[in-house]
Amino acid sequence: MPELLRLATAGSVDDGKSTLIGRLLYDAKGIFEDQLESIRHTSEQRGGTETDLALLTDGLRAEREQGITIDVAYRYFATPKRKFIIADTPGHTEYTRNMVTGASNAHLALILIDARKGVIEQTRRHAFLSSMLGVPHMVVCINKMDLIEWDQERYERIKSDFMEFAARLNVHDITFIPVSALLGDNVVQRSEHMWWYDGSPLLSHLESVYIGSDENFIDPRFPVQYVIRSQTPENPDFRGYAGTVASGVLRPGDDVLVMPTGTTSRIASILTADGEVSEAFPPMSVVITLDDDIAVSRGDILCRPNNRPSVSHDIEATVCWMDERSSLAEGRSYLLKHSTRTVRATAQTLHYRLDVNGLHRDETASKLELNEVGRLTFRCTEPLLVDDYTTNRSTGSFIIIDPTTNGTVGAGVIRVLATTHASPNVVRHDGRLSRLDRAAALGTSGGTVLFTGLSGAGKSTLAAGVEEAFVRTGRPAFLLDGDNLRHGLNADLGFSDQDRTENVRRAGEVAAMFAEAGTLALIALICPFEEDRLLIRTLHEQAGLPFAEVFVDTSIEECERRDAKGLYARARAGQLPGFTGIDSAYEVPAHPDLVVGPDVESLPERISLVLRLLDDLLR
Amino acid sequence: MATRVVVDSDPPDGVPPAGAGTGTGHYRLSHLRALEAQSIHIFREVAAEFERPTLLFSGGKDSIVMLHLARKAFWPAPVPFPVLHVDTGRNFDEVLEFRDRHTAEAGVRLVVARVQDDIDAGRTVEDTSPGATRNRLQTPTLLRAIEEGRHDAVFGGARRDEEKARAKERIFSFRDEFGQWDPKNQRPELWNLYNARHNKGEHIRVFPLSNWTELDVWNYIGEEGIDVPPIYYAHRREVFERDGMLMAVTEHLAPEADVPVFEAKVRFRTVGDADCTGCVESMAENVDLVITEVAGTRLTERGATRADDRISEAGMEDRKREGYF
Repeated sequence: MPELLRLATAGSVDDGKSTLIGRLLYDAKGIFEDQLESIRHTSEQRGGTETDLALLTDGLRAEREQGITIDVAYRYFATPKRKFIIADTPGHTEYTRNMVTGASNAHLALILIDARKGVIEQTRRHAFLSSMLGVPHMVVCINKMDLIEWDQERYERIKSDFMEFAARLNVHDITFIPVSALLGDNVVQRSEHMWWYDGSPLLSHLESVYIGSDENFIDPRFPVQYVIRSQTPENPDFRGYAGTVASGVLRPGDDVLVMPTGTTSRIASILTADGEVSEAFPPMSVVITLDDDIAVSRGDILCRPNNRPSVSHDIEATVCWMDERSSLAEGRSYLLKHSTRTVRATAQTLHYRLDVNGLHRDETASKLELNEVGRLTFRCTEPLLVDDYTTNRSTGSFIIIDPTTNGTVGAGVIRVLATTHASPNVVRHDGRLSRLDRAAALGTSGGTVLFTGLSGAGKSTLAAGVEEAFVRTGRPAFLLDGDNLRHGLNADLGFSDQDRTENVRRAGEVAAMFAEAGTLALIALICPFEEDRLLIRTLHEQAGLPFAEVFVDTSIEECERRDAKGLYARARAGQLPGFTGIDSAYEVPAHPDLVVGPDVESLPERISLVLRLLDDLLR
Repeated sequence: MATRVVVDSDPPDGVPPAGAGTGTGHYRLSHLRALEAQSIHIFREVAAEFERPTLLFSGGKDSIVMLHLARKAFWPAPVPFPVLHVDTGRNFDEVLEFRDRHTAEAGVRLVVARVQDDIDAGRTVEDTSPGATRNRLQTPTLLRAIEEGRHDAVFGGARRDEEKARAKERIFSFRDEFGQWDPKNQRPELWNLYNARHNKGEHIRVFPLSNWTELDVWNYIGEEGIDVPPIYYAHRREVFERDGMLMAVTEHLAPEADVPVFEAKVRFRTVGDADCTGCVESMAENVDLVITEVAGTRLTERGATRADDRISEAGMEDRKREGYF
């Protein structure tokens, strides 16, 4: 099932961007012969030696005449794994508007650096705007490596220059790839020149970068777009609320709060033209029917009683001004289109203008001109239902419309201060929230796995692998490692039988809280006594929380042979009294849910055994 | 119909080997369902923000897919606007027959604006020289129909992958009171926030299929089991060669005396006027074979079969500026 990946690129022809994109497109059959022939012809007419791929999408007469790109160009290509939409923009300051437009929907920003020039102003601007627009993934292609003799040292230096700048931005996933777009190194094919690079070539990276958790599946927000009424014989009195799920997962039976009216109801059904669905998540377009006959209209947002957007007349936002004919000044009135609601608003305070190259704040600025970015507060005539842009791109963004020209003159990303941010803190101290409510709202359910076995058996390694597999697929998991617990929570405990029991009890209690909160808790603990293991199990079972015990069955001989921490040697030397397996007993589990023994050697296999167990456990 | 939601249980690529073959499933849509969701969003946005939309329906595959999406967007209610066909009088009979049957089945009101009416009333003048087409005459008729219907939003099936002047057009594309497009003065379009504001007499052209490619359209036709006119599938018919393209012999078009006519197995990749739409030799008799063929082709559909787009590099831009789709 191919997924859709939207990527935004920016840069000038000099960076080799066209060559890079051209190579991707051509190899993935995103360019057709007649298109290639036509631009080859035009390039030659202009006296160029290379085919200029910008001509492919420089479709406007002015663009061709002036040899420049003046707008966002969309290019499409597909591989068996993914369909790609590239929003391509020029890199100069005057195209900030286009860059922001291209980045607004992107999963990934592709930034090009000329290896001879290193990080330049344009690089910083592109990275800054991508971060401002919340693009979750960034790929930095350091191009023209052929022209610097594939120099690894230079590559590493550019990488650290970029990281130094990026540390101040809000970007979590940055991948660097050394490429030669001209020769094709690390674009589609792995480079033979850069043996020292052990990552993927660009195309394989684009095909595999994990975007499954880019959407917010936590905070249910359903902006009502259109009310569908039908009085056909089959549906004599139908009223449904149509819209696109902005975030979170909605299911029939969920309690919902209608904002801003504050009435509550329950989801009766979630419909599409293909029938009812059991859940709706972004970016699905669906129709929701409610149990009660309450007034809901366009502009309202359906959310959960305990997880709601902020309601405010005052909206603080970082704004990019996009109009060449006017400037944004305090006191002026505009229309803000936010989600499915449009309101009148006045630009109340311009806090500062941001230099998009270096993050410098100019607090003396009195207005924003075309392509400038600044922080503002708008005062709206009606309250907006907003979330912070970093948690919700859909309910955290708006466009600014000039009511006199009707033009779109700006775009804003909303900042909601923590004190007014309802989610997710509300959930924590609200005792009325049932586990099912929580699981429905969060889209995950928790549980606990206890990994028991001798010291050095491989418990932590296995648990960490399971943790990673979960977290990487967007499911919360947390490892409670025996050693680490002893450094903090259990620092007061020693190794007497009594202290060991207390150590286990505390680990079990903490795990149960994690499980209750919707996280998979993974306890890696020697836990040598059957009685203690039973204690953790009982604790969970009484609370109705899923629990499993995994016995990592590695023989004492093998553990002692490995002795990664040198503990066995010290125990044998009498330095560690009460060491399990040496002078303290390990009671072999009587009823483990899974035994991982020496017959399963490879870590991935071991991890997948546990994952299979969890499939059943957490169902 | 195909299952709408696919909750994939396969692990994503790039997950450590741990995830291989396991995982409890997570939320994602296939790219076709993501495109469908975006298009449905656009239809609903227009219905909410405009008073008198209409949908341009030619009986071509893109307009058929568009109407299919509109029906899905408003289900279980009927599509809340009529569809409009600009009839040049040079259409393929198969397509006109399909148009009437399909819109009747869909339960939508069909309005036909005839180019011939404008010629007869003297509002436009037909170029009657040999080889002339009625392509450019569609624009005045379209603008008249928009004005008469007082339409403030007009859906078109254009896709950005079709043609480079279309590649830069917005999903909500503003037209002034003369129906003109100003490519240098387009509104920025961010997230899924569309600016529908316009004054009386102006209108917005809306392109719900902007991000679809020809292959996406065919895959969707296949997945949804959508009916299209038979000439999209390979069939035997009389053709002749003109400017390197195969043209069908119809009541609207015959070859010059010395040009040989022969029978070939062909299909149409686009459906325009019979006198300017070429066909391609093909064995693709059903949707699966068409998908395979489209996936393997190295020529664009317009480059291969549309004489009207070969006029000049700026042919489409000029026509669009005047109000053409």
